[in-house]
Amino acid sequence: MTTHSNNHYFVPHGAIYPVILSLGLLILASGFIFSVATDTNKDLGYLQNLGVWMMYAGAAVITLMTFKWLSSVVSESITGQYKKWEDKSFRIGMIVFICSEVAFFAAFFGALFYMRIISVPDLASFDPLFTPYKDFLGTWPSVGPGGVVLGTEYNPGKLTPMGAWGLPAINTALLLTSGATITWAHWGLLRDNRKQLILGLFLTVALGTAFLICQAFEYHEAYTEMGLTLGSGAYGATFFMLTGFHGFHVTLGTIMLIVILLRSIKGHFSASNHFGFEGVAWYWHFVDVVWLGLFIFVYWL
Amino acid sequence: MSTTAVAHHDEHAAHPTGIMRWLTTTNHKDIGTMYLTFSLIMFLVGGCMILGIRAELFQPGLQLMKPDFFNQLIGVHALIMIFAALMPAATGFANWMIPLQIGAPDMALPRLNNWGFWLLPPSAILLTLPFTLALFGIGDGALATGWTFYPPLSIQGGIGVDFAIFAVHLLGISSVLGSINIIVTLFNMRAPGMTLMKMPMFAWGWLITAFLLIATIPVLAGAVTMLLTDRHFGTHFFDAAGGGDPILFQHLFWFFGHPEVYILLLPVWGFIPQILQTFSRKPMYGYKAQVYSFWAIGALSVVVWAHHFFTAGMPVPALLYFMYSTMAISLPLAVLFFCWIKTMWRGSMSFETPMLFTVGWIILFGIGGLTGLVLADVAADAQYHNSYFVVAHFHYTLFAGGIMGIMAGVYYWLPKMTGHMYNEKLGKLHFWLTAISFNLTFIPQFFLGLAGMPRRIPDYALQFAEFNMISSIAAFVLGLSQLIFVYNIISTIKGGKKASDQVWEGAEGLEWTLSSPPPYHSFSEQPIVK
Repeated sequence: MTTHSNNHYFVPHGAIYPVILSLGLLILASGFIFSVATDTNKDLGYLQNLGVWMMYAGAAVITLMTFKWLSSVVSESITGQYKKWEDKSFRIGMIVFICSEVAFFAAFFGALFYMRIISVPDLASFDPLFTPYKDFLGTWPSVGPGGVVLGTEYNPGKLTPMGAWGLPAINTALLLTSGATITWAHWGLLRDNRKQLILGLFLTVALGTAFLICQAFEYHEAYTEMGLTLGSGAYGATFFMLTGFHGFHVTLGTIMLIVILLRSIKGHFSASNHFGFEGVAWYWHFVDVVWLGLFIFVYWL
Repeated sequence: MSTTAVAHHDEHAAHPTGIMRWLTTTNHKDIGTMYLTFSLIMFLVGGCMILGIRAELFQPGLQLMKPDFFNQLIGVHALIMIFAALMPAATGFANWMIPLQIGAPDMALPRLNNWGFWLLPPSAILLTLPFTLALFGIGDGALATGWTFYPPLSIQGGIGVDFAIFAVHLLGISSVLGSINIIVTLFNMRAPGMTLMKMPMFAWGWLITAFLLIATIPVLAGAVTMLLTDRHFGTHFFDAAGGGDPILFQHLFWFFGHPEVYILLLPVWGFIPQILQTFSRKPMYGYKAQVYSFWAIGALSVVVWAHHFFTAGMPVPALLYFMYSTMAISLPLAVLFFCWIKTMWRGSMSFETPMLFTVGWIILFGIGGLTGLVLADVAADAQYHNSYFVVAHFHYTLFAGGIMGIMAGVYYWLPKMTGHMYNEKLGKLHFWLTAISFNLTFIPQFFLGLAGMPRRIPDYALQFAEFNMISSIAAFVLGLSQLIFVYNIISTIKGGKKASDQVWEGAEGLEWTLSSPPPYHSFSEQPIVK
């Protein structure tokens, strides 16, 4: 080791944002717990209002800190602190982060497959002499056999399952198109065609928003007309948790897209330096792929 | 190995001092120090909880606490020891040592690194707050389900379960951030010339650990989220009336829970061979074999989870599959044991405290591994399941295999980190007291389990009285001897004999080329590894 390389890595100055962000999460989490404490303990109803206010406060702190933190990253980026080496760190980091998101969705897909293939058919397959679920057919979609749940009676109502070829098919088309428009915007950025970049991003934001509006309609219809709710047994739980978490990710993705759209309008990003853009684009494609999984396994099959 | 990198980052010369230094720091050593300090504090907190348990179990009958409080202590003890003591200790060493070992200027994502640490104190608050709230008449204390959150008990539980769920969420975010940072650092920040197959073993151990965390922590997050919606939003994931199944939770939980064991152990397996080669004064044996074994263990660990609930009911082919795949893990583990022993073979060994801990670790962790093999046997497991045998087994793997390994690391690297030698006499005393009282605590528990004493029970039959008494007395000796450890660390930080740069005669690797303590910015210019 007689020589040293001349590489220089940018180590950012310290910031107070992460600490306050964690504090915000603590307030949000405890606020949520207080707001629902009455579910498990009737005497704790007086905590509800406090809890709700804590949630607002926590969410505000989190939003503010995220904004401040990312602003300082953006300003470090446009003042040229990040070179190739740092850029590579961000890229690997984003890939690993998306992998962890995949694992999160895998848990819910796992629950769906388990209930559909194992627990629901099992409940229908007991010996008719002994089973408490005599008339239960283990078919999918299932709301379960019903019965007494921790002391309260659960009656599985009738429901219409969500078909694949109405709104969900339109939503599939919307998301797939948005995947194409963001790639088109990327091509524009690479060729230094700012108009194409901004138009492409705008279209992507519009398609993402349209998707969310469609999903809101779909949820509204499910609750008001189809008898399909979060409490509709195995089918309702997996349907709403899977599509709900996906919708939450689309919401985050759309917010991120709006941010990079505004940044593009301000003239940020260049053909050689645009990790912020690509990170969001990767995230958007990931959300897109998850939707395809949802469309096939939740809606279609 | 003649030059020492000197920091010359002028823009960082003026970093904040006092409390702001620690709140805002992006320096890997500062963050590592915070992780290690937090870990030590939580180790003592979790230790006090279990001493309460052992005091209650000193005699049959209920003396000190109500069964519900007993259950709360057990669950929170486990969550604290796993998530707030062992994992942060390993992450603390990762922060301190990985940049030094691979010749990096810092961790790759320093601010993220800071956030990863500062998520931990809020999670510790969430875990312990229910105890305090209960004192003021709010709720009925912490989660009383054991650390595994099994429904339906966890669905019936009070606000303590909710607090634990969110604590797990924050700890999970912290672990994912830490893993992202470590993976990026190892892939992107190695000194020129240091190929993956030249990385120190500790870096390898952490790389596999980080992969496992990325794959499994989000699954745990999903599982506890389902628990939360079952509790508050009327879903039926774990409820047969709606078509769900409590066993589903066990599958999801242990899909995380089993790899978690290796998440706790792999970093230790990383620095154990480094300590062995230092004090045997010969190169480690079978570097490649160890790396491949890490990969094999990492891969196997995610496909064996159901051996944690053999007795819950499963088709016979599934039982056989999980039994054989579990037993298959012992093959790569045997390779590791062979390499560790062969590293010492015919070396000129000396037994300073880190080496004592390491040799003791090999033996005790070996017992943990062998008793695990017994538990993996489906037929035998029906007898051992949920008995004290299991408790003894996983304390041999996690206390001996985890914490005693971490202690070896502390004694090994403390002189490098502080620039002072620790008190060798006190270190050796700490080792002998720990090793003897640890065995006296847990060997009786093997017999208690074989005789049929169930775990998580505040009262027991008279026939178990003697062994429980031995175990309790030894547990208090074990707990008190950790105060020697704390004293030794604090006095080493404050002063003591100056440590040389190499510290140990046989130590090799980039971290030993820096001064002791290393400069604030270690490798501002990367060394070139040949």
